[in-house]
Order: sequence, then C-alpha cells, then structure tokens
Amino acid sequence: MAEKRTIQLTINGRPYSGQVEPRRTLADFLRQDLDLTGTHLGCEHGVCGSCTILLDGAAVRSCLVLAVQANGRRVETVEGLAGPEGELHPIQTAFHKHHALQCGFCTPGFLMSIVDLLKTRPDIEDENEIRVALAGNLCRCTGYSGIVAAVREVAAQLRRERTP
Amino acid sequence: MSRALFGTRVERREDLPLLTGQGCFTDDLKRPGMLHAAVLRSPHAHAKIRSIDVSAARALAGVVAVFTHADLGAAGKEIPLLQPNPLLVAHTQLLLAHDEVRYVGEPVAFVVGDDRYVTEDALELIEVAYEPLAVAADAQEALKDDAPLVYPEIANNLASRFTLGFGDVAESFARADLVLRQRFKIHRGAGQAMEGRVVLAEYDRRANRITMWSATQAPHLIGRLASEMLGIEERQVRVIAPHDVGGGFGPKAIFYPEEGLVPFAARALGRPVKWTEDRREHFLSTNQERDMYHDAEMALTREGKILAFRDTVVFDTGAYVPWGIVDPWISATTIPGPYKLPAFQVDMQVVYTHKVPVTPVRGAGRPQAVFVMERMMDLAARELQLDPAEIRQRNFIQPEEMPYAMGLVYRDGAQVIYDSGDYPACLRKSQDLIGYDQFRREQSRARSEGRYIGVGIGVYVEGTGLGPYEGAIVQIESSGKVLVTTGATPQGQGHVTTMAQIAADELGINVDDVTVVTGDTGAIPFGVGTFASRIAVNAGNSIALAAREVREKALDIAANLLEANKDDLELAQGSVFVRGAPARSISLGALALTAAGARPGYTLPPGVQPGLLATNYFSPSQAAYASGAHVITVEVDVRTGDVKILDYAVAHDCGRMINPMIVEGQIQGGVAHGIGNSFYEELIYDNNGQLLTASFMDYLLPTAKEVPTAKIAHMEVVCPLNPLGVKGAGEGGTIPSAAAFAGAVEDALAPFNVTVREVPLSPEKIRKLLREAGR
Repeated sequence: MAEKRTIQLTINGRPYSGQVEPRRTLADFLRQDLDLTGTHLGCEHGVCGSCTILLDGAAVRSCLVLAVQANGRRVETVEGLAGPEGELHPIQTAFHKHHALQCGFCTPGFLMSIVDLLKTRPDIEDENEIRVALAGNLCRCTGYSGIVAAVREVAAQLRRERTP
Repeated sequence: MSRALFGTRVERREDLPLLTGQGCFTDDLKRPGMLHAAVLRSPHAHAKIRSIDVSAARALAGVVAVFTHADLGAAGKEIPLLQPNPLLVAHTQLLLAHDEVRYVGEPVAFVVGDDRYVTEDALELIEVAYEPLAVAADAQEALKDDAPLVYPEIANNLASRFTLGFGDVAESFARADLVLRQRFKIHRGAGQAMEGRVVLAEYDRRANRITMWSATQAPHLIGRLASEMLGIEERQVRVIAPHDVGGGFGPKAIFYPEEGLVPFAARALGRPVKWTEDRREHFLSTNQERDMYHDAEMALTREGKILAFRDTVVFDTGAYVPWGIVDPWISATTIPGPYKLPAFQVDMQVVYTHKVPVTPVRGAGRPQAVFVMERMMDLAARELQLDPAEIRQRNFIQPEEMPYAMGLVYRDGAQVIYDSGDYPACLRKSQDLIGYDQFRREQSRARSEGRYIGVGIGVYVEGTGLGPYEGAIVQIESSGKVLVTTGATPQGQGHVTTMAQIAADELGINVDDVTVVTGDTGAIPFGVGTFASRIAVNAGNSIALAAREVREKALDIAANLLEANKDDLELAQGSVFVRGAPARSISLGALALTAAGARPGYTLPPGVQPGLLATNYFSPSQAAYASGAHVITVEVDVRTGDVKILDYAVAHDCGRMINPMIVEGQIQGGVAHGIGNSFYEELIYDNNGQLLTASFMDYLLPTAKEVPTAKIAHMEVVCPLNPLGVKGAGEGGTIPSAAAFAGAVEDALAPFNVTVREVPLSPEKIRKLLREAGR
C-alpha cells in the first residue's frame, strides 16, 4: 500500500481534508471517506457520466480524477445544488415536474452536467443541440424525454430572466 | 371508493431525495466494521481448474480472508433451480466454481479485505492453474454432433426440447396459396441498469441472524435461497432492497452467487461485508438475454389470411438455467401475438453454451417472438402487394371475440386466454399518430429525390401481471395516517406514488398521508418480486382489497362508537361521519387508537379483531393481456447505412392506468431500450467465448441523441380479471420496437428489395444488405 497524502479541498463551499492513497479516485474519496454518497458510480470508466461533479466550476467525471488531483481545488456535488434553506435549483424543480428521473441513479450526474451546460452555453435553445450536449450522460430508465424537456424549460426561463 | 387520484398524474413522491443527493442505494450504506469484497472471475469460457493457490493473496496486508470452493463446506452446492420442469435437464451455478468453469466471468474466488482497492490487489495474487477446454460459443454450432459439450452427460448441449401448438399445421401448409420461409437471428443484450448489483450482509452471532441489503428486484426470493444455501432458517434471514434501487430490467430478479458469498463471508468473519459490482463485472456476470435463431414458415391464402405458422427455434440459454425454461416458453407462446392462427407449431430447442446464463431482460422472450411474427407479416404483405397495416387488419383477433383462447399453455400452466383488448383500433391509433397515409405519399416523393424513408409496424400482445401473488398490509395508524407494506420492490417505477394513490382513494385520505414500505422481508412475510410487469396487477389489487377491508373495519367500529347504523356512515377526509349529520364524526386516527386497544376496558364490536389493519395477497387467475402497436418512420442513408429515426408512435392498452405520467415514463424508457436492441447494443463473443464488447466504449447504450420522444396514445380497455381493471406496462415499450424498426428499414430500402433478418442493425449490417443488393 502506497503512502498516504494529505489533501485539502473545498466541497460545496466547505473546507475538507483527508488522507488518501495517491491511487484513490475522487469519487471514492467523496463517497466512502466523506459520506457524500449523492455522487454515483455507474461504470468507473468515464462513459456513463453518473459520477459527474464540478471541479473548479467545470464538469468532470469523478471516477477519472484522483483525489490527490483535487487538492487545493473547488468541488461541487449534487448535495450542494439546492440553496441553504433547501430551496431547489431550477433544474431540480424541472426534473421533478417533467418526470425526468425514475430510479434516480444517473440523476446527480445529469444535474451537474446540466448546471455546467447552462453556465457555459446559456443561449442553448435548439432541442437537437441540447440532446447532443446531454449525450455524455447515460440513463437506462427514462428514455431522456423528461430530461430534455426539463433542460429546455430551464434554458428558456434563464433566457427570459436575462432579457430585461 | 372514490377515484380522486386513480388515473391522475400525481407527481412522484420519490423524487426529492434523489434530486438532492439524499437517495439511499445499497452501495451508500455503511455498517460498523464493514469489510469489502472482490470476486476473482474465470478468464476462460471453458476450462478445468487444476489448482488454486491463494497463499500470496491471503498474506497481503489488508486482506482478511480469501474463499475458494474448498472453503464453502455445505454451501458448496448448486444454487436451487427456481422453476423445475420435467422437460429440462437443469444445471445451476455453484457460489464458486469447483473443478470447472463454464463462462468467462464465472466466480472462482472471493476476497474480503479492508477496502476494494486492496481486495482487487489480492485478486492479482491468486494463482489458478487452468486447463483450457474447447468452447461452445454459439447455440447453433453447439447443437452439432461434434460440438464441445458444456455438460458431458447432455448430448448436443440440448437442455430442453419442447413443441407447442394447435391445429393441423401440415394440412394447412398443403392447401396454402402462399408459403413463406425465412430465417431470423435476434441477438442477446444486457440489462445494464445504471446501478450494478450490490450486496451487503451482516451477521448477529448471538441471535444467529443474517441481515442482507441487496440491489435486487426480488428480496423474498433472495432471502429464501440464501437461507437454503447457508443452512439457516428462513426467518433468520432478513433481506432489504433499500429505498432506492438503480434500475432492474430483469437481471436483478435472480439469486446470484454473490448473494450467497457475501452473507457466507459475513457469518464466517463476524463482520459486515459489502460487494459492489463494477461495470465490467456486469458485462461478464450479470445474466443476459435474447440470442435466438428462428426458422419460420407461414402459410397464407392469396387474400393474406394466415392459415398456419411453423417455427423451429434455437434458444441460447448460456451455461446455466437458474430460471429454467421460462424465457423460451414465454417466447414460444407469444409468437401468435394478436393474430388468429388456425394452426400453429413451434419446436423449441434450448441449448447450453459457454456464455453468461440467460434469464429475462425487459421483454423476456417476447421481443424475439414479436420480431419473427411481424417480420413474416411484412414479408407476406410484400409478396401479396398489400400494405403492411392492411394484412395485419385482415388477421387481427377482433375485440368482440374476447376472451380469446389461443389454444396454448402459458408459463403459469394456465391456458393462454386473451382477456381483453382492441388490436384493430390500437394499430389505427398508432398510424394516426404518425400520419401514416400522408407518410406513404411523402415516401414516393422522397424516393424520386433519392431519399430513402420508410415506415415499420410492430404489434404485440403481452401476458402481464403473472401470479402467484403479491401482498400488502394496510394499516391505519393512530395519527390517522396510513402505512402500506408490500412485498413489491421498486427500481424506479414509482411504486411509492402509485401504491399510495390506490390506498388514498380507498380510504378517503390525502396521498401524502400514505407511507409505502417496500422490499423488506422483515416487514411482510411473503413476496414474489418486481418483474414481468406484474406489480400494478398483483400489488395494486392487494392494496385495494386490503384497504377495503380496513375501511369496513373502521366503519364497524365507528358505527359502534357513534351509535349509528353502518349504512348511514361515510368515510372522507380522514374521518367517518354520519351522513347528513357531519358533526357526528370520528377521525380515522381515533378509530385506530380504539382498535389498538388504547381505551382499556372498552369492548371491541363483536367479531372485530384488534388493529385497523388488514392483509391481502392478491392472486390473479391468469395473465392480464396488455397490447400495443408501434409505428416508426426512419430515413436510411444508403451510403453510410446510418438510420435516422424520424418519428416514433406508440398506441397501447395497459387497462386502467393508475398514473398516466408514470405509464408514459415506462413506455418512453422501454422505447429507448428497444432502440438500443435494434441498433446499438451488441454483446459480441468470439469463438472462444470471450466477450469483445465488455465496456460502454464498445457496447453502446443509446443516448439522448439517439432516442426521440415517442408520441403516445392510451387505450384503456379495462381488464376484467382484477378489481382495479389494470394490466402491466413495464415492458411493452421494448417488446415490438426491434420488429418495427426492421420493418421500417426494410420499407425504406424497398427499391433495393432487401430483407432484414436480424437485429441489432448496425450501419455495417445495413451496408452489407445494400452491397448484397448491388448497391
């Protein structure tokens, strides 16, 4: 067993530190060491997107990031998406409204990918473009229609809010 | 009862925790002192095990134990067969292979240690001396006389052979105007729930009790088989499918070796043990389904009326048959579908191969059956120059002919009797959704422009809601709220919402005042499981009937307390009151307290047992037959073989719908699975039985880009066989999808006269068809 390293990082605005083997993935560190089990592991080879989190604001697959690589950086997970009083993020509300989840296992990854999408491409409107943007996350239950509808609705809402 | 909630789009009560990262999946659970496990799997599809040396693995720091078959003692026996059948020579797995392995991925050793990293390190230190043997990788090849044998005593690897049928097939073929013959191949796929299998177990030595958590579709089944494998009384094993299970789709309804190994190790070591399947293990060890070869023959009159159907089928069952011959049997009895067949015969050969065992995956034998029948209908239409919709209309069983006895015995041992349905209207409805006639006009225009667009039809009938039963305990608590406990266990189907809708309607309360407890063998003694589109029928009706009994009991006690005639009482908004005198009322909570004996000295009304509680196990008399028609339009790029889905329409009948939003979610999700089976998902094994597509890089699941939103029309033909009038809705989205796509692609390529004989239809295969047609 390799020597453990100390890491310090900010997760959902709060400081965390831990001792990890260099080979430990960020996903395992979040789930097993910190009990932040909202982030899920669906394939552990970077395809399904269930483990998507934001690292310094950008969507990454936490199964492909080592915990030591997150040292000194800012991590956002699904647990931090709702506001301090539990008020839901608009995409969470829209997922509920549009039946965009069934078993809910892939949901956290989708939510984090979508948060990144709406931030990097706030003008996205076209359904096909949305579908292409969502194609990095897999869902076996829903057939995606509710997810697409939820994204379209929130994107439109954000556009309206930006237009004075 | 009121129908305030039944049939409405009640929003899901499951969502909030799942949206905020507070879901509770099996791998999220931790127990004090918990160890982690990893499984050493066979790298060979067929080999003798000469020796296993685990000494280096055992010596590794952080490893607590390594188990091989030699360490299992009395648990070193075959897992009990679920569905014995005199027509079957059955073999099921050991928890760990003994002296022979029969598929790549078969468990050989089980390592337990401090964390998953160290246990996987230890796997690499285990030395197994294998002597590789010849492999039967394909079912057709495996039937040949010189094929390698999976079991030496089973000639030609033939696990089972049976024939089913009715009518005089030979005579019908002899007098037919048209006889069509075609060979089809349908490929196996995998369940691929996004959450893999996960098992956690702990052992209480003083009480000699095992508690297991499993990401399963069938906790009662797991508990029963675990108790049998571990030699412990069934009541001493409690199995919990946690609140959240990340998808099932069939393969999680099986007892797997790990469900014996994890509690075995937990008991042996006196510490909790958890094993979490990774995706590669899912590819190599979670049951798969659908490999079939069909040689189909259809006899027709020149008007396009079917006279007879004959099918010779080879079914690849993999290396073991934990579910017996359920799949091939369902498949055989589904072939006739919605059509009137004067004569029918199927000869089914179930064949062992050196591959992952086969058990139901969403559709369970039906997609293959529908594929074959619908392909033959399309070919007949082409031959007779009829529209594919028209030839189907000429052969449909008519709604006024219901109930319709097919003349076959279903897997439950009962006759196949379609209880209800309107197939002609259903197909027309689906055609209307797609704009069928207009599409035909566009098609000729597109062809003249060099664009190849086509429309395909898939019609199915599905026996849903199979028994033997599912149960419910409905209890009114002293708070006035209602607790529903059922053996059914959800994996995303929204049972906590739909089951609460039923109970709330029956008891005149708010849906939010109903708590639904699922998937815990400690909460309800008997259960069967969530598979075969059976929960709405089985659990739904048991909840309704138990709630009705509780309601009667509440009225009996209220009549006594209010000194009123029971017939004058009404139950609404959580209280019982005297009709016309609402001031004379008593809340359900107060009634529950009274019934619980909270007023010492009070006498319960004569005949009333304590507790506002009732248990009901609903056992359906036979399957409830759901049906539907998918009509799909596609455009094929003849240069690349790429298929673009233009439009997807589904008209279906699942009886009365409890919650249309949830039904539509099931259909849309099923359609996505069908798209995967039709175009993308392929478990490619080489001749050595090695799986070449064991990752999501190679085995493609459809994404949002590939799955359009289906247009859905509901036809609610009430099922006469159960009080709620419901049928199942979980699999219909998948069942006819491949058949309709095959028809659509073939129709698009009609100018080249190609015949689609297999799925999945990769661009490569479509190009091959076109090349063979000289294009």
